[in-house]
Order: sequence, then structure tokens, then C-alpha cells
Amino acid sequence: MNIVVLVKYVPDATADRQFEDDFTVDRVNVDGLLSELDEYAVEQSLQIKEKREGEEITVTALTVGPEAAEAAVRKALQMGADKGVHVVDDAIAGSDAIATSLVLAKAIEKLGPVDLVVGGLASTDAGMSVVPAMLAERLGLPQVTLASVVETQGDQVRIKRDGDVATEVIGGTLPLVLSVTDQSGEARYPSFKGIMAAKKKPLETWSLADLGVDASQVGLGAAYTAVEETAARPPRTAGEIVTDEDGSGAKALADFLASKKFI
Amino acid sequence: MAEVLVLIDHVAGQVKKPTYELLTLAAKLGEPSAVFIGGADGAAGAAEAVKGYGAEKVYVIDDAQIKGYLVAPKAEALAQLAASASPAAILLPSSAENKEVAARLAIKLDSGLITDAVDLDESGVATQSVFAGNYTVKGKVTKGTPIITVKPNSAAPVEKAGAAAVTPFEVTISDAAKTAQIVASQPRKASGRPELTEAAIVVSGGRGTGGDFSAVEGLADALGAAVGASRAAVDSGWMPHTFQVGQTGKTVSPQLYVANGISGAIQHRAGMQTSKTIVAVNKDEEAPIFELVDFGVVGDLHTVLPAVTEAVKAAKG
Repeated sequence: MNIVVLVKYVPDATADRQFEDDFTVDRVNVDGLLSELDEYAVEQSLQIKEKREGEEITVTALTVGPEAAEAAVRKALQMGADKGVHVVDDAIAGSDAIATSLVLAKAIEKLGPVDLVVGGLASTDAGMSVVPAMLAERLGLPQVTLASVVETQGDQVRIKRDGDVATEVIGGTLPLVLSVTDQSGEARYPSFKGIMAAKKKPLETWSLADLGVDASQVGLGAAYTAVEETAARPPRTAGEIVTDEDGSGAKALADFLASKKFI
Repeated sequence: MAEVLVLIDHVAGQVKKPTYELLTLAAKLGEPSAVFIGGADGAAGAAEAVKGYGAEKVYVIDDAQIKGYLVAPKAEALAQLAASASPAAILLPSSAENKEVAARLAIKLDSGLITDAVDLDESGVATQSVFAGNYTVKGKVTKGTPIITVKPNSAAPVEKAGAAAVTPFEVTISDAAKTAQIVASQPRKASGRPELTEAAIVVSGGRGTGGDFSAVEGLADALGAAVGASRAAVDSGWMPHTFQVGQTGKTVSPQLYVANGISGAIQHRAGMQTSKTIVAVNKDEEAPIFELVDFGVVGDLHTVLPAVTEAVKAAKG
């Protein structure tokens, strides 16, 4: 069984994230790391492998991104993925989700036959939460997404999906595209053994030419959307802070709400 | 004038407020046509509802072939409608499911997609709030039929009479779109409170509640507000995940946000810092949430909130 887990290298959310002059996300001057939400995808991939003891299962961590994005694959390998693939090509810079999903789809086809593609809830930078659905569409595979609980048995996959109006159980047959939320289970930390073992694991680097993707299909120039303006939101300035003493805080708060016409 | 398709957000034919907001925004771009995907029995009521917000047409797509499967059939149905109606744009209420529908639609129609817009102007430029609400981005779709998902509370619905001509639309759903089956569905229990993402006021609780949300809920009910929770409260099992405000939960932008016993980590701020007015109650005067607030009380939420609740009730008589 072949599992491909999608991992994205993103600017650290706790750093001061910013844009380049062409309005693309600055991925060079801000420290990057494996998107936290993709750790859950790696975790579930590993759990599926561990639960299906006795089966021959390979977990491949796949990323598309600049040179530094290799760190995201490395982290997945340290957690326990078996091998890594990093698609890197200057032409990819500035790609939108549509182009990214194209590159991922071609890479998955090249890795094939793949039984399970696993993604996270969303990236922590763009945060669109659309790539797994786009991949399912491109690959013609069932889409079983946003799982808070995942179970597999034979070629059957069942998930729990917590929707806005209902909690649903979704079922599908392998091969399929799965995505998992941060409710699916705490992601493991790489062990010292895992970190040492990761150094010997295979990590391939592919270019667009390796995938048969033309440079004109990706990158900022091929994007289906254009950003016209980015602006830092003015920081909120702290207002009045009072310390409650014998009910004074409640009174002050009620007065504030009344002054703003909320009561 | 070209049509602009607006997918109706409804539960069993009961139209939800974001639909009216989207119809209002759609009128800036062209002639709003509402799209109802649901049971035939709910169509008439939905059409009547959107008529008051400028919908000139109401396409009705029977969901008999759609409702048993996840996402893919809905995208297929909308793609067929788009091929027939050649709309100027397609607007969907931003929800987890609709973003996935929009994603597949973008690939099918070879069109650009913008998610989580918080505003839309006459030229199709969408405004988004990104990087945990620290940046505002304006952009537009440059290829194909613009597909835009719009967050709740992005526009004030404007009442306007439309023809709301009911137009049944037949779709053919392929077997390939019926491969992710909804095996079971447990509807969420109605809380009687406003929807978290749609509410004008949100009262939230975090670790500082110690698991007792009664003071938070009491104030929420007095204010007619929705109840939210921080990730810490959800991870502790005190509140269901559907109540979570933050990066991995809901993003809210109400008129008033009241954070109680919430420290204000970046993950939480990402979900609420575009709120108009922010108030916090926290025992820890060093809590980062106080950097954001318009008004803050350093104190015990279990004593402060009930007293505020009484004051609200007294003021409302």
C-alpha cells in the first residue's frame, strides 16, 4: 500500500509574516517550518501504517516549494515517513492553489499507483483549505475530507466529519484522497532515533521537467488570480484596563458596554 | 446584464442570513440569481425568502442525486448550471464544505478562485483578511468565471424586491461523483443561540473557565450572543469543536467580542482580531489578550460575568 502525505513548508505563524514586492508570500526572509496542520496528516498516515501491521506500506512525504521546503519533508521523515519527494523549480514560485494542485497531481501520478493521498486541514499561510478537493477532482479519486476520526479496514475508509449543521460519517473505497483536521489526534514528536534514522531515508528532488509540467502552467504568471494590494492592518491599541475590586470591574464593564450601545 | 449565481445557504429550505449578504454583494456585479440545491418541498419557501433580497431568478436543483454524497455532486451540478447560464461570477457562502465545492468547481471550469472574501466591490475586487488578521489583501480573479466564497457578516443585507422566477434546472450526476458516501448524519443540536460566524456579539470562554461555562453562557444569553470557545477549552473537552474560535476553528468578526479566561495566543487571535470591539476578562493581567482589547477587566470571570449579566438584564428591563 502506498500512502502519500502532503506537507507544506510555511512561514512561521509566530514570526512577523510579510509579502514580497510582487505580493507573493515572503518565504525567504521569514523562518519556515512544516505547517503545523500537516503534522496531523503525517501522524494519521503513520497510524494507518502502524494499525495495518503485517502489510507492506510505504509512507511518502511530498512537498512542492523552494529549496528550504526540504525541511518540511525532513520533519516528516523524522516523524516516521519512509521516503520523501521534493518538487522544486524556480518556475513554481508564486503558484496559486490551482497550479500547486496540478504539480502535486503530476507528482502523485509519477509515484503511482498510490492508494491513499493524505492532507491536512489547511496550510497555515494561505489557509484556503482547497488543495485536497482539487486533487480529488484532478485525480478522479473519491474525496473523503476534513476527518476528525479515521478508520480503515481492507480497502474501506470511514471518517467522522464535523460539519456546521451535522456530524457525518463518510465512507469511501481506496484509492482516495483523505484530509484530516487537528481534532484527529496529537501529532508525535520525532524521537532521537527517528531523527537519526531520517538522515538515511531516501529524499528525491524532482523538477517540473521530471513531471512533464510546462513552466508556463505554473508560477505567478499562470495564476488565476491577481493581488492588487496588501496592507498591514493597523495594530490594535490597547484600551482601558481596570482591575476588579469588590465588583468595580463588572460595573465598569457594564458602563463600557452601555456607552457603546450594546446594552 | 450578466447573471451572478449565488448558492443559497439553507437548512431544509430555511434560508440563512449569509445568503442575503451574498445577494447584496452579487447585485454589485450583475443580476443576482439564487441557486437552491435541496429537496423540492423546500424550494418554494426558499424562493420566497430570496425574493426580498433582489434575486431575479431562482434556479432549483433537486438534490435527490446529490445529498447522499460528499461535495463532488454539488460541484458537478454547479458546473452544469454555469455552463448553461454563463454567469459573470459565482458566489458561495464560505463554509468548509462550500470551499471544497468551490475548489472542484474551479478545476472543472478552469477558473480562478478566491476564498473567505470579507468584501467585494463593483469591479470584482475581493478583500481578504490574511496572516491571522494582520494583513488585508485585495485581489481579483483574472481567468475564467470568478468563483468567490464570502464569509458571513461581510455585507449588510439590503432588502430589494426581485422577480425570483423559479427555474427548475436538471442535472446529471456521474457515478464518479458518487464515490464518497454519507453513511450516517447526526444533525447538530439547535442551541437556540445565533450562529457563531453570523452573530453580532460573541461571548467566548477559555482555560480560565475551568470547564464551567455557565457564566459565559449566562452573559451570552443576556446579550443575545453566540457562545465561542478557545482551543484550550475545546481540547479539554469542555466544549465541542464547532464552538472553537481561532485558526483551526471559526473566524468571527462580530460587532462585539467578549473573551473570558482566554490568554490570547496567536491561534485564537487569528479567529477574532478583526472584531469591531473587543472586551476581555482575565485573572492574569499579563495575558496577551489585553494588548487587543478596547476594554479589559483584570478579575475572576466567575464573579465579574454574573454581575455584568445582571446589569445587562436590568438595563433591558
